[in-house]
Amino acid sequence: MATNKCLHLLRGRFRDQLRFCRHLTTQGPLFPGAQTTWTSDLTFVTASTYTPIPVYRVMDRKGAVIDATHEPPLPDTTLLKMYTDMRLLNTMDKILYESQRQGRISFYMTNFGEEAMHIGSAAALTAADVVYGQYREAGVLMWRGFTLQEFVDQCYGNRDDKGKGKQMPIHYGSKELNFVTISSPLGTQMPQAVGAAYALKGSGRVVICYYGDGAASEGDAHAAFNFAATLECPVILFCRNNGYAISTPVREQYRGDGIAARGPAYGVHTLRADGNDVLAMYNATKLAREYCVKEQKPVVIEAMGYRVGHHSTSDDSTAYRSQEEVDQWTSSDNPTVKFKTYLTNKGLWNEEKEKEFIKKARQDVMTAFVAGEKKPKPEWTECFEDVYKYMPEHIKQQMNQMKSHVEKYKEHYPVDEFA
Amino acid sequence: MALNKICTLCLRQNSRELRILNNLINKRNHFVYTADAESPVKGETTKLNMFQAINNALDSALQSDESALVFGEDVAFGGVFRCTIGLQAKYGPGRVFNTPLCEQGIVGFAIGAANMGSTAIAEIQFADYIFPAFDQLVNEAAKMRYRSGGQFDCGKLTVRAPCGAVGHGALYHSQSPEAYFAHTPGLKIVVPRGPIKAKGLLLACVRDPDPCLILEPKALYRAAVEEVPVADFVLPIGKADVLLKGEQVTLIGWGTQVHVLLEVVHLAKTQFNASCEVIDLVSILPWDRNTVCQSVKKTKRVLIAHEAPLTGGFGAEVAATIQEECFLHLEAPVARVTGFDTPFPHVFEPFYLPDKWRCLDAIRNLLDY
Repeated sequence: MATNKCLHLLRGRFRDQLRFCRHLTTQGPLFPGAQTTWTSDLTFVTASTYTPIPVYRVMDRKGAVIDATHEPPLPDTTLLKMYTDMRLLNTMDKILYESQRQGRISFYMTNFGEEAMHIGSAAALTAADVVYGQYREAGVLMWRGFTLQEFVDQCYGNRDDKGKGKQMPIHYGSKELNFVTISSPLGTQMPQAVGAAYALKGSGRVVICYYGDGAASEGDAHAAFNFAATLECPVILFCRNNGYAISTPVREQYRGDGIAARGPAYGVHTLRADGNDVLAMYNATKLAREYCVKEQKPVVIEAMGYRVGHHSTSDDSTAYRSQEEVDQWTSSDNPTVKFKTYLTNKGLWNEEKEKEFIKKARQDVMTAFVAGEKKPKPEWTECFEDVYKYMPEHIKQQMNQMKSHVEKYKEHYPVDEFA
Repeated sequence: MALNKICTLCLRQNSRELRILNNLINKRNHFVYTADAESPVKGETTKLNMFQAINNALDSALQSDESALVFGEDVAFGGVFRCTIGLQAKYGPGRVFNTPLCEQGIVGFAIGAANMGSTAIAEIQFADYIFPAFDQLVNEAAKMRYRSGGQFDCGKLTVRAPCGAVGHGALYHSQSPEAYFAHTPGLKIVVPRGPIKAKGLLLACVRDPDPCLILEPKALYRAAVEEVPVADFVLPIGKADVLLKGEQVTLIGWGTQVHVLLEVVHLAKTQFNASCEVIDLVSILPWDRNTVCQSVKKTKRVLIAHEAPLTGGFGAEVAATIQEECFLHLEAPVARVTGFDTPFPHVFEPFYLPDKWRCLDAIRNLLDY
């Protein structure tokens, strides 16, 4: 009886009735919400039901390659650029951090401990790939060719700042280098990166979006993961899990298996890798990129690491963590030291080259710094520009009102510092 | 909404009940729609209601711009207000698609697509639900060009959201959130009063080099019917429309309220023999101060009316500017008739709205001042 009815419905027109008919014969659950099996066992699924996702690495903590088949076949020039960019980043960070302490720039954020995350991932991308960052990715910019002068000019907000003096230091952006300007609100870049990737589908370009373990708690992070998955966007969602969001340790940020465990839950291919291992960072990002281009789908990468420096110049991390903890990381699992060991073992680097390089790096940073400090700010009326593409009447009026005011009260405004 | 779908079959025997229900429908709107007297563009027109006009505009946008995308919750099947009917079938699921239920994601995603040069037309299902996207709109979309020194922008972003009273929407299906966004330099905001404006303004937003928010009064989707130009056309953002010229009082509103004011004009003429000028502001940001002040300097009395609550409503901005620019011309304080400083209620809607009687009374006070 039922079979006859089924055969009749198989004629094609009544798909709903056909599904109902299948209901009578299929044993498994048919709910639209999940493709799965039945169980009569009432047991919680917990954070420990699944084993934690292991951390992929190429080198051990001392810089020795564990499995040679995973050593990326990079030319010496690339390996050296990777290392020297890491050290140049360190040098620039030291000097600019100091300059804030001296009251010369208003704010700074260092990248200590995360050099490998930046350089390793950046090296696996092409110049045409688009970067959406959070705020601790200066190494990515450096890799792509942002000059020391450009870094310093932005920190000073002088007339050569590409951002035209509008934002606080470290809010870099470069259209030329496909690095979207940083904004302070956390995580907002994540769904934007996903949308950008959607627009770039089929172009061969991918988008990489960096965010921290803290930013991953924002609603925008959830939105990004979900949209990337459902709309199939070629985006690498790269989490820099450095253990802290300012003073908040990860235990107070999440209780699951980090950010990596969330990827598969959203239906996204995921990798977890050692953020202190530049070769692992390179390999992971390279694989992710290949997948994104081939499948036009997203990848989540969670780079595990440690934030060696303070959150920013407004932070003194000794208030919430011990110096021992920091020293432990700096000495026993240091991304730049371990890569230096790797290169030294390959005969590509030595102490003399190190000394020479650091000396030159300091000089170059100082040259850019001194030049940047001397330059005037943009014309002060710049603050009325770029609100809209074309300045509307009401903003023009306000600008003119202020111009008259400054004319009259010139001595109370720092007009001499501006072009 | 349900009354629209009267089961006439069921009630065929009971014509009295049918008549009662029909009367209720007519009484349900607090306004009477007045179509535009003129078309802004010469040429062939076709009779469309507002959601059809919007559908037509989206079709034009998708047709004329290969990079255009239309997305949001439920847009694929046609949208809860039918604004996107037929578009996915015509342009494919790559360009017209549903997103997950997440306003912050919808706008964030739209911003990113716009960054890369795609024309991103995002729908927020009800303006009442735009607030999860507030950060993306205010901190990101509005500020992207400014903060990047012009290197990046999301000028290709347009966000559409149905707004305003609909008779039974209550707190979360009736809001007019224009004031929150008016306070954000970098955005543009428009509110159409009918199908012609809806089509022209939406296309203007889509092609504008800055991120735009178009708030579509949902009560007008079906109730507003006009002869809409078939051609592709844009209407200016930032320009108010003087719909009716008058001598004694200037009435300013936007969206549905414009139609309330157009009715009030007749009542004022009959009851006080007063001649009123009606201005549809059209654009909340930037707004047309020149047209407004020119009118007020002539009439010397002004009433601003909006559904949104009084305190901090956009009427306050207009009023502040009027008294700055037209102080010596005014014969009476600037009057505002608005929603009260309460959330938007359900059964109490008739007492909440800035209806024609409250507006008429305010005009009487202006004339008697």
